[in-house]
Formats: sequence, C-alpha cells, structure tokens
Amino acid sequence: MTATRPAIEVSGLTKSYGDHTVLAGVDLTVPAGTVYALLGPNGAGKTTIVNILSTLLAPGDGEVRVAGFDVRREPAGVRAAIGVTGQFSAIDELLTGRENLRLMADLAHLDRVTATTAVTVLLARFDLVDAADRRAQTYSGGMKRRLDLAMTLITRPRLIFLDEPTAGLDPRSRRQLWGIVREQIADGVTVLLTTQYLEEADQLADRIGVLDRGRLVAEGTAAELKRRVPGGHVSVQFTDAAGLFAAAAAHPQASTDVETLTLQMPSDGSIAGLRRVLHDLDDDGVAGLTVGAADLDDVFLALTGRAAEAPAAEDVPA
Amino acid sequence: MSTTYIARDSATMLKRNLLHVRRYPSLSIMLVAQPILFLLLFVYVFGGTLGAGLPGQAGGGDRGDYLVFITPGILFLTVASVALGTAISTATDMTTGIIARFRTMNIARLSVLTGHVLGAVIRTGFAVVIVAAVAFGLGFRSDAGPLGWLGAIGLLMLIAFALTWLTVGMGLAADSVETASNTPLFLMILPFVSSSFVPTDAMPAGLRQFAEYQPFTPMINTLRALVTGTRTDSDLWFAIGWAALIALLGYLWSRRLFLRVPAK
Repeated sequence: MTATRPAIEVSGLTKSYGDHTVLAGVDLTVPAGTVYALLGPNGAGKTTIVNILSTLLAPGDGEVRVAGFDVRREPAGVRAAIGVTGQFSAIDELLTGRENLRLMADLAHLDRVTATTAVTVLLARFDLVDAADRRAQTYSGGMKRRLDLAMTLITRPRLIFLDEPTAGLDPRSRRQLWGIVREQIADGVTVLLTTQYLEEADQLADRIGVLDRGRLVAEGTAAELKRRVPGGHVSVQFTDAAGLFAAAAAHPQASTDVETLTLQMPSDGSIAGLRRVLHDLDDDGVAGLTVGAADLDDVFLALTGRAAEAPAAEDVPA
Repeated sequence: MSTTYIARDSATMLKRNLLHVRRYPSLSIMLVAQPILFLLLFVYVFGGTLGAGLPGQAGGGDRGDYLVFITPGILFLTVASVALGTAISTATDMTTGIIARFRTMNIARLSVLTGHVLGAVIRTGFAVVIVAAVAFGLGFRSDAGPLGWLGAIGLLMLIAFALTWLTVGMGLAADSVETASNTPLFLMILPFVSSSFVPTDAMPAGLRQFAEYQPFTPMINTLRALVTGTRTDSDLWFAIGWAALIALLGYLWSRRLFLRVPAK
C-alpha cells in the first residue's frame, strides 16, 4: 500500500438477503489518516458495511479494497491491517482484563517482552489497572467498551473500525472513549466510525456520510451537513393528549410522541420562527418546552423528508 | 502468512481454553462424575447379577469380575462424557462476541477450534486417570503391565481427539447451547449397545450384529485387552481405523461449518 492510496475504497457495493436489499450501491473513499463517520439510524446498513469491510461478511456486487487489499481475494491482508470494535462487546468475559489483552498480544505474535509492556501500557492508558485481574464479566459497560477498544489497539492496526462505539454508554464514559479515539487519530490511524449521533460524528470525524436505506444520501464535513439543517427543533410537552393532538393537527410536519405527550417541530432557529410556534400554544396546556440543536433526526428530516426510523417490520440482520 | 502460525495460535487458544476450564469448573466436575456414577451403579446395583452371567468363569463370575469387565467401557464413557461437554462449550463460545473478533484477525483460522480440541484431550487425560483410580479403589486388578496401560491411555487419547472433532462440529452446527447439549447424547448411549456392559453374544440377532460392527465395539474390545493384560487382536486396527476416520470427518465438518460465511 502506497502512502497516497486511500485506506478504504468502495465502489458500487451492494448486499441483499433474498428480496431484502441492505446496501443499494455504496461508493465510499476514506483517505489514509482521516476519520470518516457513517451516520444513520438502525437498519440503514452501517453495520453491514463494517462487516463487509472487516471480512466478516461477503460483499454482494461492487469493488471493495481495504488497506489496498481486495476483501474477496486477499482477506488475510485486510485482517493484518485492521482492528475492529463492534457494538457488541468482543471480549472474553471469563478472562480478566489482563488476560484478554495478553490473548490479543499473543495472537498478534508479539514477543513476550513487547507483549507484557503493551499490556501494562494499555491497562494504564484505558484506566483499567485496578480491574486488571478481575474477570471481565464483572466490568461495567464503560469498562467493557474500553477493554474492547484496548484489545483492538494492542495489535497496532493502521485502520480501525468502530461500530457504534458509544452505544448504550453514559455521557461520561462516552466522552472518555472519545478522548481515547482522538489520541489514535493524532497517531495517524485511519478510523471508520458508525454512529446514530450527529454529535459523535461531529466530535470525531473529518467527513460524515449519511446512510439511509442502504444508500449514502449526503456526504460532507459536519459543518456542511449542519448548514443543511439550520435550526434544530422545538419540543413541546403537553399536559394531556387532547392538547397534543390539537397542536399536532396544526403542525403537520411535526413528529408526535404519544407516550411522552411530546410534539417535535423543525425550527429554522430564528426568533420569528420560534414565535410562530408558540403563538398557537396555551400556557396551561403545556408542561414543558425545549429548543434543541440539530440532531440526527433533523438531519434526516432535512435530507430525506422523513423521520430517521428503522424500516418498519424489517429486522435487518446485523 | 497465517499458516506459519498454526502451532503458535493453537497454543494460544489452548491456553484460553484451559483458563475457561479453571474459571468454570462445575462443567468439568459434572462430566467426570457422570462415568463414576455409571461405574458405581453398574458394579453395586447390577454387578452381582450381571457378573453371574459372564462367560468363561465356572458358575459365572461375581461382582469383582464384573468390575473388571466394565472398566474399559466406563473409561470409554469418560471420553464420551468429556467430548459431550466440548459440544456445549463450543456452542457457548460461538455465542460470544469475541469469536467475531477472532474472525477479523489475521490468525490461523481454525485455531480457536483446535484450542477446544486440545483442551478436551488434556481434560480427558485427567478424567481418565480419576476414573481409573476409582476403579482401582473399588478393587479393579489385572495382569496388565505398564505397556498395556500406556497403550490404553494412548488409544483413549486418540478416541478423545476423534470424538471431540465430532462434537466440536455438533457445537458449531447447533442453533443453541441447549441443542448442543442434546445432539451428542448418542455418544453416551451407543456404548451400551456394544461389548461394554454385557458380552454381545447375549443380545438378540440384529442388535447383536449392530453391536458387533458399530465403531465403538472394537475400541472397547481393544481397551479391554490392554487393561486386562490379554492380547490385542485385529480389533486394534479397527479401533485405530475408526478413530482416524471419525477424526477426519469431524475435522472436515467442523472446518466447513466454521469457515462458511455467516448467513447473518
């Protein structure tokens, strides 16, 4: 692989299961040393792309090269270059954190001294020293994710895949993990990240691709994408269902959540726009009001004209 | 390049397997207890009556003769019992996320399975020694010399290797851990329809032919010859041949199941 060759080159990638199309022709180029985020809701095809790029799944049609190797013909080359942290923890829960890292070091064929040093360094860096000799099954969600990432990094891959790395984590663990990922980026590692959170893509990625129903519907920097969704949204929580439905009828473009009695309306971020929304509302029927920054739902609404939901009744395979 | 590291990766995976056994000892204890229970049951509950039916002794044998008669079969059951546990542990392992990680790593592809098989063979070694010690404790004595016992242990290890590749395949083929614990049960049943517990001559025609020609019978006959210090005959070559065939088929089946591109 030459220095100028992109870390990931994908063109015309498809994947389907019977009649069900998961990827409908994806083109994707990730230059070496950059961070690319695939943003999309559940079922958009993010994990399928990661699984194909990491040789877990055979591609349908299209060309896929990772680290310069063809995933179909040269999977061993791909595997030697990559590290993967998936959304389901890929740790051995019966082993301790130290043993898990040692297992990875041994499988990466590090010599004894290098392996021992690498394990010690990673335990310290991932804040796992105190828990190092406890079984991983006793770890918290955040600790498991950190161990998982440490196991991915001990082999020093040039390219790492992070499939929803912070799904299910509390805000503190999430920020901690972001910090670790940023250190890797600073070391020049290429990262392909999938996420449902615009904020996460925004925090970490150089470029973001928005994936919808197996297609990339938009691509650009976080700033470019946000320019397309200027204002975010206004959420109004009602005290009763009648108030909610009355307001919903007046704002057909809003999305309604009956369970929380909340109506979420797109907003252009201007005071005038906010005033127009508030104009129709009564003080006594409203329990709460939030003005939110643009999130994935807003990006989706702006780019596809509908809410970011998994395709109904289609349980897309992981 | 991954082929260069088959031995090293397999050793790493064996280490992982042995750590699992240490962390989860109850399964191993259960698997060793099983053949010991059969031994006690057959010797003390059935042994008096069944011993009297043994041929070759004037007026039939006694409980002690029956202990000597069934010990080889019990040793075989020990191997089958540990192999059964490997189907469960393989199926359990396949449900864990780390298997997907192994698949994305540039390692010897089958090393995780080899780790299970080698671990099972080592566990079988321990289990056989424990069960044999119990048999001795109950009064098993024979004319077998060290060479006979060495031969018996060698054959038991070979059988363990063969049956484990088969049960690894069953563990991979099972859609759940429960299934994996049921499919290999025939390994525990088949020895009963062999020369393990009664001489095949006592069985009705049809069943007798089955018992005489099924693969486990030459294995048990050879084990009996080795641990009682009598001469092994052509059964030895059938025993080795069957074990090699089962090992090969089990390996190829497991390999195919593990390397197939996951459907999901």
